[in-house]
Amino acid sequence: MEVGLTHLLFVSTALFFIGVFGFLTRRNMITMLMSIELILNSVNINFIAFNKYLYGGNLDGVFFTLFLIAIAAAEAAVAIAIIINLYRSHSSIDIENADEMKF
Amino acid sequence: MFNNINILLIPLLPLVGFLLLGLFGKKHFKSSAGWIGTLSLLASTALSLITAYQYFFVSGKVNGVFQKLEVVKFAWLEFSPGMSINMGVLLDPISVMMIVIVTFVSLMVHIYSLGYMKGEERYSTYYAFLSLFTFSMLGLVLSSNIFQIYIFWELVGVSSFLLIGFYFDKPSAVAASKKAFIVTRFADLGFLIGILLLSFHAQTLDFKLLIERLTTATPQLQSTIATSFLGASVLTWGLLLIFIGGAGKSAMFPLHIWLPDAMEGPAPVSALIHAATMVVAGVYLVARLFPVFAISCPVALHVVGYIGGFSALFAATIACTQTDIKRVLAYSTMSQIGYMMLALGVSGYGGENGLGFTASMFHLFTHAMFKALLFLGAGAVIHYVHSNEMKDMGGLRKYMPVTHLTFLIACLAIAGVPPFSGFFSKEEILSAAYQSHKGIYFVALATAGLTAFYMFRLYFSIFWKKEYKTNHESVDEHHGEAPWTMKIPLLLLGVMAICAGFVPFGLFVSSDGISWPSEFNLMMSIAPVAIGLAGIGLAWIIYKSENNLSGRVSEAGRGLYQSAYHKFYIDEVYLFVTKKVVFNLIGRPSAWIDKNIVDGAINLSADLTDDTSGLIKGWQSGKLQQYAIWFFVGVIGMVWLFVYMLN
Repeated sequence: MEVGLTHLLFVSTALFFIGVFGFLTRRNMITMLMSIELILNSVNINFIAFNKYLYGGNLDGVFFTLFLIAIAAAEAAVAIAIIINLYRSHSSIDIENADEMKF
Repeated sequence: MFNNINILLIPLLPLVGFLLLGLFGKKHFKSSAGWIGTLSLLASTALSLITAYQYFFVSGKVNGVFQKLEVVKFAWLEFSPGMSINMGVLLDPISVMMIVIVTFVSLMVHIYSLGYMKGEERYSTYYAFLSLFTFSMLGLVLSSNIFQIYIFWELVGVSSFLLIGFYFDKPSAVAASKKAFIVTRFADLGFLIGILLLSFHAQTLDFKLLIERLTTATPQLQSTIATSFLGASVLTWGLLLIFIGGAGKSAMFPLHIWLPDAMEGPAPVSALIHAATMVVAGVYLVARLFPVFAISCPVALHVVGYIGGFSALFAATIACTQTDIKRVLAYSTMSQIGYMMLALGVSGYGGENGLGFTASMFHLFTHAMFKALLFLGAGAVIHYVHSNEMKDMGGLRKYMPVTHLTFLIACLAIAGVPPFSGFFSKEEILSAAYQSHKGIYFVALATAGLTAFYMFRLYFSIFWKKEYKTNHESVDEHHGEAPWTMKIPLLLLGVMAICAGFVPFGLFVSSDGISWPSEFNLMMSIAPVAIGLAGIGLAWIIYKSENNLSGRVSEAGRGLYQSAYHKFYIDEVYLFVTKKVVFNLIGRPSAWIDKNIVDGAINLSADLTDDTSGLIKGWQSGKLQQYAIWFFVGVIGMVWLFVYMLN
């Protein structure tokens, strides 16, 4: 059996929903950050898969993926900085404790 | 010609004094405030005398007619090229006469206050207020258009309010200042409506143009007369409404109730504001528009005459029963202003017919001198005795010789005894009244008799009657009659009260600006002098020495005496009308509507917003993951919508 577009899309969709599930249920902010990375990576897989199977002669999807990896790295740096600051002020990285911004 | 800078400096010097003392007085000029105020006013007085000399003797007259000269003029508020509110300085015989009176009396009061207000806590504030008043009053008399006069009119009201309430820790003074302000302000509403009516129809605010357009046959005059409301033309309404403003300031019946209470202020203030200058602003206003009254609308002028005559007699009756010396003088002021109004009311326009006008201005002039003198003398007495009540006085002639002499001069002047100043002006008023309206003549004659009676009742009660027994020995032993700063103004005003009558007034002030020699009519002076002497004689019998005659007289005319003593219950009527009628029928219902309907509508919308936000505010929980769920649900909902529904 050859690996087709559908298989790859299946993997990426699974990855996406695993990420969403992790983002919604984990209380630890580091874990939530990792879940976001999963979501981003599922998008990367989508780009690569579509590029390979539908537009074999082009490299647009690959470039987009490279961009996304760079952006994900930057985003991780910012997110970790926020988490460190939250830890300093709240002595905890539990998302439940950071709910001051409400009515 | 005139030096415009000099004329502008006359009102501006007191303004500078006010700003200087008002802003820096408490810190820097605590003890020198009086001298600063006095010196600035001294300069102002000198300048106004120079101006008067130049106007009357050098350049005011062109072809035998005193001109209305607009020496300074600039547009203050320009709405459109055709419509602007100007500021300017108008010189004509009455305004020049008024600046001389105002600066002179104000100077006397400034000097007098150096002694009277010495050691006062708010000494510099007092002088700042005096300067403000002088500035506003000078601005008022020099105004070249009717809107400018209104501005200064209100400024005068404010400074009067501030000075009546000068002792603001005394509840009665506070009440009196509020009363004065509210009553005059109420009258000023009429004034404002009158201004708007007249200036709308005449299409100008400027006095010169307004008078010209409303006295000659012009389209403006036609439209003013043709438009009518409730049976009277707009011209009549406008003039009467303006007169209401004047009646409020000049304490004419029935808007006089504030004047007696205004005596809560310091005595020099009463002399300046409530005797010599501000209260005659109403007379001045009518005189300013006199051609319009006399030529175009004699009906309104008759109303002025009747109200003046009634007020004169009414106030004179009350003055006979009052025991507070300043209140006696207050009612006397009201009565004399009534006299001036009456004189305007019986006057015609031009030449011989304008006798009443000249007489009114003449009386304004002489009255300013002797009434200021009376108030300053009363102030000296109060300063010495520490009481306003007649019963605490008596026999003061030995202790206060200067005050006694000057007070006697003023009393003789106001009673109309020749050759003191009041005699000449009263004689003119009475002949004017005799020529045009016999009824008013007899009212004026009766008033003259009453005036002589109550003034000498006052004089005998203060200076004769009984031996003076002091209540507080320690105080009186070390302070004499009065400091020299208080005696000098008394003496100067005393000289003026004697001499002012010899001015040939008709040569300077007349209704149409043309000089005419007012001839002295001996026959006309017999009746008033006789009735005046009778009044003095009666007062001599009753009050010269201690006896029970006054008690018996008041007992005999008990009803009249009691009602006059209670000022004919006018205050009570006002209280009834305001408290019972206005408050209950208008005030409370509108308060109810305001509280329940107007506020209710606002509160309803506020409550609705509050309730709604209470329902939905839980959505903003601060929990990041909840927001994320909403976001995903939303995205899924959108996808569902676009994929399945919109295809």
